[in-house]
Amino acid sequence: MTDPSPAAHQARSAPPGIPGLRFLPALVAALAAAWFLGFVPAVARGEVLTWAVPWVPGLGIELAVLIDGLALAFALMITGIGAGVFLYTASYFKGDPRLTRLQALLMLFAVSMLGLVLADDAITLFVFWEGTTVTSFLLIGFDHAKKEARDKALQALLVTGLGGLALLAGLLLLGLETGTFRLSEMALMGDVLRASDLYLGILVLVLLGAFTKSAQFPFHFWLPNAMAAPTPVSAYLHSATMVKAGVYLLARLSPALGGTEVWIWTLTLVGAVTMLLASVWALRQTDLKLMLAYTTVMALGALVMFLGGGHPAAVKAAATFLIVHALYKASLFLLVGVLDKKAGSREVDALRGLAGAMPLTATLTALAALSMAGFPPFLGFIGKELKYEGALAVASEPVFVAGAAVLANALMVACAGLVAVRPFVGRTRRAPKDRPADPPVGMWLPPAVLAVLGLAFGVFPDLLLGRTLIEPIATAILGEPFALTLKLWHGINLPLLLSLLTFALGLTLYLLAPRVRRALAGAEAGGLPAAEGGYDAALSATKGVAAWQTRVIQGGRITVYLRVTFALLALLIWGAVLTGTGPWPAFDIDVPLLHWAIVGLIAVSAVAIVLTRSRLAAICALGAVGAGVAILFVLYGAIDVAMTQLLIEILVVVFIAIALLRLPRIPAGLPRRWGDAALAAALGLGVAVALVAVLGGDLGRELTAYFEANSAPEALGRNIVNVILVDFRALDTLGEIAVVVIAAVAAIAALTARRTKGRRP
Amino acid sequence: MNSLILTTATRALAPLLLVFSVYILLRGHNEPGGGFIGGLVAATAFALLEKAEGVARARRLLRLRPLTVAALGLGAALLAGLWGAVAKGHVLAGVWPLIEKTADGGKSGLPVGSVLLFDVGVYLVVVGAVCGVLFALEEAATALECEPDEGGAGRGGGAPKTIDQTMDRTIDRTVDGGDR
Repeated sequence: MTDPSPAAHQARSAPPGIPGLRFLPALVAALAAAWFLGFVPAVARGEVLTWAVPWVPGLGIELAVLIDGLALAFALMITGIGAGVFLYTASYFKGDPRLTRLQALLMLFAVSMLGLVLADDAITLFVFWEGTTVTSFLLIGFDHAKKEARDKALQALLVTGLGGLALLAGLLLLGLETGTFRLSEMALMGDVLRASDLYLGILVLVLLGAFTKSAQFPFHFWLPNAMAAPTPVSAYLHSATMVKAGVYLLARLSPALGGTEVWIWTLTLVGAVTMLLASVWALRQTDLKLMLAYTTVMALGALVMFLGGGHPAAVKAAATFLIVHALYKASLFLLVGVLDKKAGSREVDALRGLAGAMPLTATLTALAALSMAGFPPFLGFIGKELKYEGALAVASEPVFVAGAAVLANALMVACAGLVAVRPFVGRTRRAPKDRPADPPVGMWLPPAVLAVLGLAFGVFPDLLLGRTLIEPIATAILGEPFALTLKLWHGINLPLLLSLLTFALGLTLYLLAPRVRRALAGAEAGGLPAAEGGYDAALSATKGVAAWQTRVIQGGRITVYLRVTFALLALLIWGAVLTGTGPWPAFDIDVPLLHWAIVGLIAVSAVAIVLTRSRLAAICALGAVGAGVAILFVLYGAIDVAMTQLLIEILVVVFIAIALLRLPRIPAGLPRRWGDAALAAALGLGVAVALVAVLGGDLGRELTAYFEANSAPEALGRNIVNVILVDFRALDTLGEIAVVVIAAVAAIAALTARRTKGRRP
Repeated sequence: MNSLILTTATRALAPLLLVFSVYILLRGHNEPGGGFIGGLVAATAFALLEKAEGVARARRLLRLRPLTVAALGLGAALLAGLWGAVAKGHVLAGVWPLIEKTADGGKSGLPVGSVLLFDVGVYLVVVGAVCGVLFALEEAATALECEPDEGGAGRGGGAPKTIDQTMDRTIDRTVDGGDR
């Protein structure tokens, strides 16, 4: 991050280090995955493991961890797929000096994501949620020398970051309404929440967070743009794990918030629209990685749609598809990365007939794509059958949901064909690189394991997956025990017929793909409105407002700054005075004559500052005002304050003299500025009235009493002003002197910058 | 500013002020005074030196760059905080290594420790920050006076009608001064 030029990266050789150290992250992740596997038997029995330590006890916030089916499934995906991705990264970036930074960021992300899914405390969840947002930003902008990567990273950060803020508000409201920040306790209070007046507000805020994170329409555009990240990052964050955080949140809060009309319809509609739009645009892409990105958006849409289904069958479909998608999508991303690296391109039209040169890659891609297209006996087939079964059972509009699912799946079949068939078949070989070949083991093993798992789970679904994970996931989402069995063969029923229809439709679309793509490209060129336009408009509007208010409030002229500051201050003070309800104090006017004399001196000097046309006289009068105030402090026993005041007055006069005495004499006949006079009078009177009003209230002497009692025995000082400054409230003083240093650095820089620049052009 | 009276008086006053500032700093815990006031007194001494003998000489007499002094002060205050953290387990907790508890529950010994170190830090920050800004301001103003005065004629022209215009012109010249 410190090195801006890509050339420098290339020129530098890999830093010397312990050989094999680059495989350490993969090893750590694999060990973590094995550790989490150890929880499977307990969770499959229906146990829920919890652990908590207090974090901010005063606010009831804990660092609480909960492992149930949902959390465990995500943890296994994060660590298991993480191990594969780390191994792949070590091979993909071999010899690249940026590997260390990439691995560090990926590890940081993995930890954040694990924290997110394991958290049982809403605030803990939010902190880790933002952790994934920030690491995602850094990873998308990994090629920071490219403007495109930086822009896309910022876009992802803004979209998901704003959603994150909404989520925080939603979670806080949830906490206020339920009286707990424990997610597991909120899940039991669903009836209270759904009857609450705040329900709609909470739902909107939480959904904003989930929809931006999981790229739902109309926030979907950031995810395909996030493909500016290196391929391993896309495979890990933007298909298998991070983008599912929103889905995870919806699943986690489903018992607390789900089941209402508005929940069912919003999730179903947003999910379906996202799913359909994304699958159509997937076919439009020529870059295989972008195509996969759009199919990821489609999958996220499908998951949201089924979570809104409000029926156990729909939840079962969502739970199964979650696993299915993570397995095939991560491996396909990694394999597209192999094509990019070993054949030199990701463009669908640039690659042909590679099966002979890259047999292993072709086989693995076929395995993963068959699961994606939903062919038996792969897990994808079961996922698809369950989707149809779930779609037909949803509470809202079964026909609409099932129709949308069939159409989206048909497009999925076509995309699977474009990824797995198009580049590898054909007699003549076509690839930008001369000698395309299969990659080293580090790059084929991870996708191979994932693809083979997709097959193994498909053949033994209930034994390997159904009882161990899907059932606990569904139980967690539904909030009540739920028994299910996963079967490869469901018999001849409506979902099977829909499957056959899907294959036929998908094959047609695959054959028509080039024509569809041209038509879509034409529509795009013809000015089809895009959601990204809204983002651009909002961004430029924000910048415009920022520039406008900076011009107005910070005009670069000291009179403007002073007017703005004083006007606001006067407004605040008068507002507080006029709305205050405290008793008005008995005004004790009986003060010695000496005090009146000093007050008179101050008043006369103040008037003189304003009226005199001699700058020297004005400076002297200013000094007299300060000295008079200091004498008043002395008379009332505040020696420390008086000393400070006097010294500050001396220095202020010195400072002002340097600047003012070099200005020309104030010309005669200048118009009087009555507006400024009124402003000054308003502020001065306001402060005076406020001070008198304060005397009427309870001054709260407990602190003074405490300091007086404890200053000498505890802090060994009899001057309580100083003891407060350097001992009791030393942290405040530390902050203040830090501010003094920063202000001095800034002032000196501003005073010398131009001259230094002039001297050394 | 060439004033014989000021120069002569400064030679006598500045050292006294500096010694007095340290006295103020040290007595601050029990009597009026302390790091902040002591620092201001010392800064006044340097302001006097700067007025009487010029910025260059004042800078030489300070020996360190003003911001270095301020940074040392901030460092001392942080160190005092760490001292408390290490010795008592709380950042900025007061530590007095020379104080012992007496049999009747009171305390006796020399009250020197982290709190005094903290106050010294405050003193140095005030001296460094005030001197730094003061010297820089004086140098900027001197540089401005040495420039040939052509800014006024080029901008707007004519006699200034309001204070604002007078100010603006001067500000423009201050800001653009070096480039002309």
